[in-house]
Amino acid sequence: MTIHFVVHDEGDSVGVVVVEGLSASNRINGWIMDQDKMIEFDAKSDIPIGHKLAIKPIKKGDTIIKYGIDIGRAIADIAPGEHLHVHNVKTKRW
Amino acid sequence: MAINLKGSSFEGWRRENGRMGVRNHVIILPVDDLSNAAAEAVANNIKGAMAIPHAYGRLQFGADLELHFRTLIGTGCNPNVAAVIVIGIEPGWTGKIVEGIAASGKPVEGFAIEQNGDLNTIMNASRAAYKMVKHASKLRKVKAPLQELWVSTKCGESDTTSGLASCPTVGNAFDKLWEAGHTLVFGETTELTGGEHLVAARCKTPEIREKFMAMFDRYQGVIEANKTSDLSDSQPTKGNIEGGLTTIEEKALGNIQKIGKKCLVDGVLDKAEVPTGPGLWFMDSSSAAAEMVTLCAASGYAVHFFPTGQGNVIGNPILPVIKLTANPRTQRTMSEHIDVDVTGLLQKRMNMDDAGEALLDCMIRTADGELTAAELLGHREFSLTRLYESA
Repeated sequence: MTIHFVVHDEGDSVGVVVVEGLSASNRINGWIMDQDKMIEFDAKSDIPIGHKLAIKPIKKGDTIIKYGIDIGRAIADIAPGEHLHVHNVKTKRW
Repeated sequence: MAINLKGSSFEGWRRENGRMGVRNHVIILPVDDLSNAAAEAVANNIKGAMAIPHAYGRLQFGADLELHFRTLIGTGCNPNVAAVIVIGIEPGWTGKIVEGIAASGKPVEGFAIEQNGDLNTIMNASRAAYKMVKHASKLRKVKAPLQELWVSTKCGESDTTSGLASCPTVGNAFDKLWEAGHTLVFGETTELTGGEHLVAARCKTPEIREKFMAMFDRYQGVIEANKTSDLSDSQPTKGNIEGGLTTIEEKALGNIQKIGKKCLVDGVLDKAEVPTGPGLWFMDSSSAAAEMVTLCAASGYAVHFFPTGQGNVIGNPILPVIKLTANPRTQRTMSEHIDVDVTGLLQKRMNMDDAGEALLDCMIRTADGELTAAELLGHREFSLTRLYESA
């Protein structure tokens, strides 16, 4: 079974796409590394390899969690399965 | 099966100061930008000699000049170097660098261009280089315990796969090397931003923690004083963003995976400072790949681990750089740059222990003389760190 995306920890807001050519509406398999669990999802965007998708509903202003730690804040609402990157998330530093 | 690090050995060259090297370079080291042409001419004349040209060395002063001297002297003293020719525009600073390298007991000679011109300098330095390469070629390898191998790390063109897999692979190897008594280093001060508390928590003593945080805070001050709106496109870089990294915090948390889960920070180093004992050292440094790897070489490290996501192609003139990637696109399109393929980690075809062992196996083969991808492709990036403007 192909793993399409990987999540560090089940408390995270995001997963990382690890295959090329992922399209919106693909049914995709995710592996949560720390808990060694599999989850299934529908992709809602075309997402390049290495880029992230939201795995939880995120509201504008919410903190984004990856590795169980704060990696920035949302500047727009993001639905589960949507591409999450510099267009909708910013650093809290600098 | 797990490599028994404590019972392993490698074959390299025992230098005059007792350190073990894994390469046997004779280098032609310019003091300044003006002396690059002569240095390159000497290396062209004498096969087996390597010039290390660079852009600086004039009108530097204070701490910036001290760093320049420390980096060049450290490069000459690195155990992967058998002998050194130093060429400068004038005899004063040339002599200072010669003296610094000579303190290690290594064969070194200096040549100044003023009052001689390039042609006489090239002739005299070529005659000296001829003897040095002859001498170096006669040195025989000896066996030494593996723990005498000093290992540095820095990642580059990172993406999300770096934090998921290639950096944790280095972390797995570093945990094992640390337990076995190796001398290790990591750095990249600003690239810890968002995860600095994690590094602080791993410092062995409150004194080390305090020194680490002072280095971190000072560097944040540099960013704050010089940034425009933010560091968009610089930290994370364009390549990082292309690879899916969104913020400096996310990049830092991936970066920090390189120090594993167990090893403690045993001390901190200034740029190009030589560690005084085994353990994991933090070096206050730039996060630019060539600058950081150049500083590691100047601190005396003999082998380098370089995880990459999008495919940084870096090498160093004297420090073999072992590259690993977990990104299947990078492995597919740039395999000639990759020494250790850990793409299997993201499809559960490989576990982290297997990946760490594969990296350690490559480390031992490299120490025994197998060339890295960067060496085969002629990557010799040598970038000096500058602290401020010249006078």
